[in-house]
Amino acid sequence: MLQDNIVESILGKTTQKRKSKIPAKLDFLQSATGLILAIFIIFHLLFEASILFGKDSMYAITKMFELDFFIKGGSPIFISILAFIIFAIFIFHAFLAMRKFPNSYREYLRLKTHAKLMKHSDTNLWIIQITTGFMLFFLGSIHLYTMLTQPANIGPFASSDRVYSDMFWPMYLMLLISVVLHAGVGIYRLIMKWGWFDGKNPKENRLRTRKIIKIITIIYLIIGLFSLITYIKIGYEHRDSYGERYKVITNEN
Amino acid sequence: MSREITITALKYNPSDKNSKPTFAEYKLTETPGMTLYIALTKIKASIDHDLSSDFVCRAGICGACGMIINGKPRLACKTLTSEFKDGKIELLPLPTFKLIKDLSVDTGSWMKNMSIRVNSWIEAKEQTDITKIEKIVEPEVAQEVFELDRCIECGLCVASCSTAIMRKDFVGAVGLNRVARFQIDPHDKRTDSDFYEIIGDDEGIFGCMSLLACEDHCPKNLPLQSKIAYMRRKMVKV
Repeated sequence: MLQDNIVESILGKTTQKRKSKIPAKLDFLQSATGLILAIFIIFHLLFEASILFGKDSMYAITKMFELDFFIKGGSPIFISILAFIIFAIFIFHAFLAMRKFPNSYREYLRLKTHAKLMKHSDTNLWIIQITTGFMLFFLGSIHLYTMLTQPANIGPFASSDRVYSDMFWPMYLMLLISVVLHAGVGIYRLIMKWGWFDGKNPKENRLRTRKIIKIITIIYLIIGLFSLITYIKIGYEHRDSYGERYKVITNEN
Repeated sequence: MSREITITALKYNPSDKNSKPTFAEYKLTETPGMTLYIALTKIKASIDHDLSSDFVCRAGICGACGMIINGKPRLACKTLTSEFKDGKIELLPLPTFKLIKDLSVDTGSWMKNMSIRVNSWIEAKEQTDITKIEKIVEPEVAQEVFELDRCIECGLCVASCSTAIMRKDFVGAVGLNRVARFQIDPHDKRTDSDFYEIIGDDEGIFGCMSLLACEDHCPKNLPLQSKIAYMRRKMVKV
């Protein structure tokens, strides 16, 4: 193995005198991990927005993820497991995507000047993506680590306490904006990269794809913002009872 | 009514050690249907004989007059001065290519290296027997090959590409388009595995970030977006 690596690092070719297949795999995996994370976010934000339909809805969703239909009362461990899997994919995606970042002063200067001069829509979208991607290194990690280690602290009151009393809301606001933009641009670029919906008229379909994704991204930003505001509001009202957990009030007599 | 336009151009001669990069400003009267090529010819003839820029055909065919025009890579001969409402036009040489002087760059050497790198020629399946009638190529396939053959090697796709701007070894859309042209051509015996040996790395197809500035700035409207995606799909399957 080491000898294979030595040959390839010196010659740029494998011992079979062929190009390595690793770059193809990395390119594919960068897209695949990005797609998995984007699909995860699409559903995550919707589930999180259940708070807009009331505390009971959010509580029901939380319990569903604790698999209460499977184990009586559910268990937060399943949230931890999910957070662990997503964290692993997230780190791997970051590792792969970093390869494309400008990585020296000269590369950074050239890219920045180029984008500023050219005012080209998709180039600017990528600038948004590397900026939000960089932010997500930190914001995403904070959130995922919290979910990994405190899976029980999810619920109408527990989440709201974290958002308001634990001062997580500025972090969540930045996380929301960066993750939605990053995923929106990412999905658009994935479609372009692999030519999924090229059809007979790729130029026209590109414009259509961009428009649809732009609308969906804005809708997600609005849903996310309203959800966050709702959590802040609940957290503010619940500030004096910090730590108390939500209980579903049943009307059974 | 004709108006006065202001053209600013970067002036620098890398082969003259006393030369310093400066921005020269030229004021001239716009004429009906004036292209930047005409404007530059006027400047060179009557204002600044020392200003260098390239041209051959004046008709968007040779690809020699590529430059950065108000930030965008374009052909001077295909750009009307009337497009710029404020009458202010800034000209820069194409980045990514070796600067010869002022607005003149050496795209030729770059393109030659690219052609050699991607083996830009047919590797024939068999010896042609000229005593026999040629094998038929389906018109749709021939048309697709001809379409990609319309590339004029102006270098605008390379100058507009963020990967090429940052990493000088990137093969560029022009190179990927060339490989796609031979991949489609039924005369060529090379398999996808052979093409992988040419572009299967981060300096080739996997360096492309799909920002599509190449597609948006190509003066020949080549289908770069779909052909690069096509090659990428082929190359990950090898």
